[in-house]
Amino acid sequence: MSSYYESEDLKKFGDIGRHAGPLAEEFFKYYGMVTGADGALTRREKALIALAISHSEKCPYCIDAYTTACLETGANPEQMMEAVHVAATMKAGITLAHAIQMNNHLDKLVL
Amino acid sequence: MTDLFSRELERRGIALPPRAVDTLQLNITRRCNQACRHCHVDASPARTEMLSAEGVAACLDVLERHPQIGTLDLTGGAPELHPQFTQLVEGARALDRRVIVRHNLTVQFDGDPATKQPMDHLPAFFAQQGVEVVSSLPYYQEYFTDAQRGSGVFSKSIEALHRLNAVGYGVPGTGRVLSLVYNPVGPYLPAPQASLEADYRKALEQQFDVQFTNLFTITNMPIHRFRLHLEKSGQYAAYMDKLLAAFNPAAAGNVMCRDLISVDHLGRLYDCDFNQQLGLHLQRDDGTPETIFDFDPARLLRRSIRLGDHCLGCSAGGGSSCGGATV
Ligand code: SF4
Ligand code: SF4
Repeated sequence: MSSYYESEDLKKFGDIGRHAGPLAEEFFKYYGMVTGADGALTRREKALIALAISHSEKCPYCIDAYTTACLETGANPEQMMEAVHVAATMKAGITLAHAIQMNNHLDKLVL
Repeated sequence: MTDLFSRELERRGIALPPRAVDTLQLNITRRCNQACRHCHVDASPARTEMLSAEGVAACLDVLERHPQIGTLDLTGGAPELHPQFTQLVEGARALDRRVIVRHNLTVQFDGDPATKQPMDHLPAFFAQQGVEVVSSLPYYQEYFTDAQRGSGVFSKSIEALHRLNAVGYGVPGTGRVLSLVYNPVGPYLPAPQASLEADYRKALEQQFDVQFTNLFTITNMPIHRFRLHLEKSGQYAAYMDKLLAAFNPAAAGNVMCRDLISVDHLGRLYDCDFNQQLGLHLQRDDGTPETIFDFDPARLLRRSIRLGDHCLGCSAGGGSSCGGATV
């Protein structure tokens, strides 16, 4: 049986250009500009944001890639774990914030 | 087959002839009080290799005869465990040479694993002789440091750094140089040296009241223990790909072997300590090994540096050498 999310496949990211080369080229240029250099945010800050998003979006490739990127830009494990907690609290907060919708509807339903 | 590094040099039209012999780096013993996981020397308390008394005398003689060699860099193992360590340092300082000691910090407390001789005199000895101290501290936190160097090493290292600070090492205005060495705990590249130095300074000063002069970032070389670890964990090919992808022509041009000669415990000469550990000794035209007993800088400057795949560790990213990043 074939399996999904093989770590070897991370290397094939460049292949997303198949069937749509020019679009991939534009994407990689943009991706490189955003994540590859210090800007208003440092590369380390961007790597931590990317690590948090990798978790909330549940992408194993990105988790591997940005765990390494965080270390290579000088982030430490505490900072990395805290970034994951930011993703986790955002998820929890967003879930809970929807309870307002539930309560609004409850108010409508209850006589 | 040409190695990956030479192929990359050729592709980019870079030549690496030796430039000078301004540093003599002596690996005087493979004995060490520690047995770190990444150690490219495979040093441990069980090792017995030591440079002979004749070898020590020959090294001092070479320094005396060749004033262009400004620096004596002592490494090991733990170089302090060599019986003539003191004599070597004093001899080189008497010749007014800059002396660097690669001091692993914990040896101050562990002493000599074989003779049990204590080593708590080292900070005072270093200060009295005016040597520069270079010490490995893989991270400013316990987790990574102990993972790499063994449990309890971080707190012992901090204590040893306090003792060095107490005699002025790393303290601004004293002229006593204490450089710390960072290396990644796994198959990834070091963060930029300047930013990591700022992190080390903040954490070590605020949390541990430790001062130091500067930080060197060093890339893990894919040889010996570290290579074995990479192979066992299936990461060797990916690490070599990473080093190759990060090839930096400026760093390649500054590799340390262009300016130094490394000497082993038998007095044989090498381009660097890594080549020494790989057994890539320098040879004369007749096939006999170059040695410290027959040292000729002019001949050494005509040699071809013995390059290999592992050299990609020196040219990746910001570069790597015994003095940290090279660009
Ligand atoms: S302290 Fe240095 S020489 Fe000793 S085992 Fe560790 S890395 Fe090797
Ligand atoms: S590993 Fe040694 S020989 Fe190779 S580039 Fe680095 S310093 Fe030079």
